[in-house]
Amino acid sequence: MLAKRIVPCLDIKNGRTVKGVNFVDLRDAGDPVELAKKYAATGADELVFLDISATEERRRTLVNLVRDVAAQVNIPFTVGGGISSVEDVDILLQNGADKVSINSSAVKRPQLVNELSQKFGSQCVVVAIDAKKIDGEWIVHLVGGKVPTELNLFDWAKEVEERGAGEILFTSMNNDGTKDGFANDALARLSEELNIPIIASGGAGNVQHFIDTFKDGKADAALAASVFHFQEIEIPDLKQELKKQGIPVRL
Amino acid sequence: MKIVIINYGAGNIQSIRFAIERLGYDAILSNDVEEIKSADKVIFPGVGEASSAMKMLKATGLDTVIPTLTQPVLGICLGMQLMCKYSEEGDTTGLGVFDVDVKRFENIVKVPQIGWNQISGLGSKIFNNVKEGAYMYLVHSYYAPLTKETIATTEYGIQYSTALQKANFYGVQFHPEKSSTDGAQILENFLNL
Repeated sequence: MLAKRIVPCLDIKNGRTVKGVNFVDLRDAGDPVELAKKYAATGADELVFLDISATEERRRTLVNLVRDVAAQVNIPFTVGGGISSVEDVDILLQNGADKVSINSSAVKRPQLVNELSQKFGSQCVVVAIDAKKIDGEWIVHLVGGKVPTELNLFDWAKEVEERGAGEILFTSMNNDGTKDGFANDALARLSEELNIPIIASGGAGNVQHFIDTFKDGKADAALAASVFHFQEIEIPDLKQELKKQGIPVRL
Repeated sequence: MKIVIINYGAGNIQSIRFAIERLGYDAILSNDVEEIKSADKVIFPGVGEASSAMKMLKATGLDTVIPTLTQPVLGICLGMQLMCKYSEEGDTTGLGVFDVDVKRFENIVKVPQIGWNQISGLGSKIFNNVKEGAYMYLVHSYYAPLTKETIATTEYGIQYSTALQKANFYGVQFHPEKSSTDGAQILENFLNL
């Protein structure tokens, strides 16, 4: 049976992990490769690296990181942040990334989704969508939720699916950072309206939140950062608990 | 041991090379016919779309070479699918090593299948020390149905072949290079054939 996936997300700046990493047993928790190896060894199913650097060397630094991760880590990983062209994706995939995640660049130029899926296959194209519920409607936002667009979450998700996205990574800006649980109503609706996997993001605070997002939110994967980085939730314990609840997981 | 990964422009071959290096071996990336023929083990990777991958194979003449190889050959993901007779993806005629036609998953399940799924009915030396029901990482929209050449099955809406074998030819739908320690074990078993 296809397992539900647990996906730690690492924010990367200039080749180093930023904010919220506090692993007591790592020599260097700022080293993304060390952290990635640790997560792979403790049962993470997949990793996401989100690059937030804004320097001129960012591409070279990111490519080196991707290469190091691919060399040392034996689970799949997705790279996102600032990707806006076929060339960007080509170099990341060539260096060992399994998937790329695009967000603002897809909103600005939706045709990018078609170009990437035609050239590299849908399976490596994750479209990340940040949305905020305003007056009862889910509105797609850019720049980490700061800038609203005209797009409705469900319409936009359907559009990128038709353009060839292989997966949707949906972050609820209402839930992100709250540690109050995932946006399960919106997630469930995405899962019902689309026929590609949905990754839940934003709001993980405890084990029950993961159970809820897989059961009520019908999510295929759940992404979280701080609860893992601060070891508030240990992945082996989380997976044992999910299994007890009848949720298929890889143990 | 000389290990050659066929490099014909399709997909994430660095990851396979890295996985082989983690096992303590080196691998050569090549599309040179003589280099491939002289290898002890050949890995035939592939990610992407079937008809364009097949075009790239034809452009290098490898489509006629691969089926004649006599050493152990491992097709991974699209590599395995291209070793089949035919694929619905892009209406593609394959290499015909495996006597089976590749089909698209019906929309009763989410397509592509992305993630970790279990392999069962393990019937080959390449699964030595791998438990029934082990999880492997899969990313695909097309599948090979069950056939007499099936050596592992997976359930996703239906039961299908996640691994095939005919004589010296092996094919796996999953990505052993991305499937943690069990995946590494399967790669190592293949290299030890």
